[in-house]
Amino acid sequence: MPPALAAALAPVRRPVLPALPVRAAGLALLLAVAFVAIPLTATDYWYNAILIPFLIMALAGLGLNLTMGYAGQASLGTGAFMAVGAYATYNLLLRLPELPLPVSLAGGGLIAGAVGLVVGLPSLRIKGFYLIAPTLAAQFLIEWVFNQVGWFSNYASSSAISAPRLVFLGYDLSSPAGRYALTLTSVSVVMVLAWRLVGSQTGRNWRAVRDGETAAAVIGVPVARAKLSAFFVGAAVSGVAGALWAFAYLGTVDARSFDLDRSFQAMFIIIIGGLSSLSGSFIGAAFIVLTPILLTHLSNALLGGSLDGGQISNLQRILFGALIIGFLIKEPNGLAALLGRLRHPAR
Amino acid sequence: MSRLSRVLGAAALAASLTAPFSLPSAAFAQEAGAPAAKQYIPLATYRVGAYASSGTPVWGGTIDYLRYLNEVEGGINGVKLTWEECETEWAVEKGVECYERLKGGRDGSPVPLFLPHGDPITKALTEKSAADKIPLLTTGYGRTEAIDGRVFPYSFTVLFSFWSEASSAINYIAEQVGGKDKLKGLKIATVYHDSPYGKETQVPLDLLAKTYGFENIQIAVPHPGNDQSAQWARIRQIKPDWVFLRGWGVMTPVAIKTAAKTGFPVDHIIGGIWSGSEEDVRPAGSVGKGYLAITPFPAGAEFGILKKIKAAIVDQGKSDLKDLKSFGSVYYNSGVIETIIAVEAIRTAQARFGKRPLTGEETQWGLEHLVLDEARLKELGADGLVQPLRLSIKDHEGGGAGKVLQWDGAKWNIVSKGWVKSDRELLLPVIYERAAAYAREKGITPRSEDTAEASAK
Repeated sequence: MPPALAAALAPVRRPVLPALPVRAAGLALLLAVAFVAIPLTATDYWYNAILIPFLIMALAGLGLNLTMGYAGQASLGTGAFMAVGAYATYNLLLRLPELPLPVSLAGGGLIAGAVGLVVGLPSLRIKGFYLIAPTLAAQFLIEWVFNQVGWFSNYASSSAISAPRLVFLGYDLSSPAGRYALTLTSVSVVMVLAWRLVGSQTGRNWRAVRDGETAAAVIGVPVARAKLSAFFVGAAVSGVAGALWAFAYLGTVDARSFDLDRSFQAMFIIIIGGLSSLSGSFIGAAFIVLTPILLTHLSNALLGGSLDGGQISNLQRILFGALIIGFLIKEPNGLAALLGRLRHPAR
Repeated sequence: MSRLSRVLGAAALAASLTAPFSLPSAAFAQEAGAPAAKQYIPLATYRVGAYASSGTPVWGGTIDYLRYLNEVEGGINGVKLTWEECETEWAVEKGVECYERLKGGRDGSPVPLFLPHGDPITKALTEKSAADKIPLLTTGYGRTEAIDGRVFPYSFTVLFSFWSEASSAINYIAEQVGGKDKLKGLKIATVYHDSPYGKETQVPLDLLAKTYGFENIQIAVPHPGNDQSAQWARIRQIKPDWVFLRGWGVMTPVAIKTAAKTGFPVDHIIGGIWSGSEEDVRPAGSVGKGYLAITPFPAGAEFGILKKIKAAIVDQGKSDLKDLKSFGSVYYNSGVIETIIAVEAIRTAQARFGKRPLTGEETQWGLEHLVLDEARLKELGADGLVQPLRLSIKDHEGGGAGKVLQWDGAKWNIVSKGWVKSDRELLLPVIYERAAAYAREKGITPRSEDTAEASAK
């Protein structure tokens, strides 16, 4: 394995966590803000431009983090898995309208997981850096299939899919607040499942395979099963994220929304946020999704009018790049570790 | 650093980070005050990123025309215009962010319409804009089905849809060979960018091939189209009579160069809307001479309105263009044309709702009642530049004609006799069918002309 990747995939030195009641209180506060305070105060702009894309990309990052961060299986197929989730959910909603929305969403995720399982098969023979190649192939192939085979998009003239009405138990979820509620609930449910999974025997097997495949095999960890289950779960989570991206965020998408750039975005999210850290996916998504928006607001407030639009945008990109490099030098293990150090400087 | 100062530092950082987000709400607070006299128009631009070179001249045309209106004509019926740019980089997330940020209006003026500038952004905004009652105006791109305003009340695929583009290209070929009956037996190959945009013309070309009896050959070029030797080798084999080139970005110059290399006559290639600008042919060099393109944005600086803009804005050093060579180019003129349509829609709506900054709902009425006939276009100095348009609830396209340009090695010349019309009577029923299917899938009840009129009151 090349040293750079070995370093990237190395176990993260986790800060010692505070006592359980403190964490529980913090978590309860976070949930209260997300479920109660935000719906009371947020505007359309906050929902559509900030909160919904942030939550969905955090979920996509979480999916990749399970595969790559916890189980050490590098993948550039996140965009493809998101596409599968989106197109599968679309077809379930369209062709089986009697299914309730959560079932279609979960079904889309499971189908994406199944595709991820197939894409993950080469991981049984190919290791580390080289595993990126088959996942990259899947990324291109799946995007191409959705673009070419009209059946998946119900023969729409431009292969774009559009959300049917989002209704659950009689509630119309197509308003910004409704779509936020759908996204937040999905993200919370998946997060709880991921948290339980990571702490279970499966999660321990993943980490064992990541940290030393031969050693893991010697002590009796089912390596093949661990790898494939990591691909399955990671792709399923990304699939749910893709379905939400298509229906809760954009409304109408085509396969281009899930191109290689999206896979890279998910990978940057977890590298910057922190590999094998659940909260790292959220912190990384906040950084990657929100910093450019923040820079736009800052530069408009500070420089508005004095420079032309193109120069301001280029300045923002330079600043964004510099911030990424700065943070990674300060803390190669990601922002999650950096925040952990801030909370516990002595340790 | 002590723990306390760390906490304080973090708090200060958090405060400074969240502060800018509260700015827009402060700006909106002024809405309650007296109505401002200025009409606000948000501009979603892409001056950076992969397509910046094609975007920059468009905003040049748009902003120069807006400046001309403010400085020479005193705005629209005395209502001055104000605008603000938002950078999208042609990316859908940034486009949605821009739309959400700007849709509330500014300084008391609501948003009359939104120019999304980007096919994926348009798709993502279709439903959001309908919910917010802000018309999306797309010229030379956008959803073809949105021509049916009964299903898409707030999407306006004005001017020249991709289906009309295909049909007009075929009709130009018919003119060249001596009539539509001579199309029978011709081989017409479409070389297209393999993307939703590129495939958009397959259905209408199929239909036209069945109607006129020409052979319809479809050849895909994968994105980005840096190497097309395989595609043009196939063309060499098939020997089509004409090639219709629907490219995007780098694909067009590479296609022209490869065609010349394989010996296909460049003057039998007709580029589509997004393969027909100076930026598309210049990189091909001298072999591009004779290349044709069909476009709703005729190039040239000799149109009346362009002369006026030149005298009042460009020659005074007030142009938004950094490179004045782009003045009168296809993209520059597309910005002018798009803005003329937007401004005339606002003017139409002002006649009904009053001379003040208008809302999206009011401008939607203006767009659906927009009439730009020859006489009005002459008044504007836009005859020959903008095709005659008549929009209605059932027809959000209005025109559906293009002009054919030919590259002489240095600039474009108009070679078609006036506007080449498309076979809209043939295409519209299919478009309506597709819109109806969309309505069924989405559970939308299409408006009728009566209900639309009632809601406008």
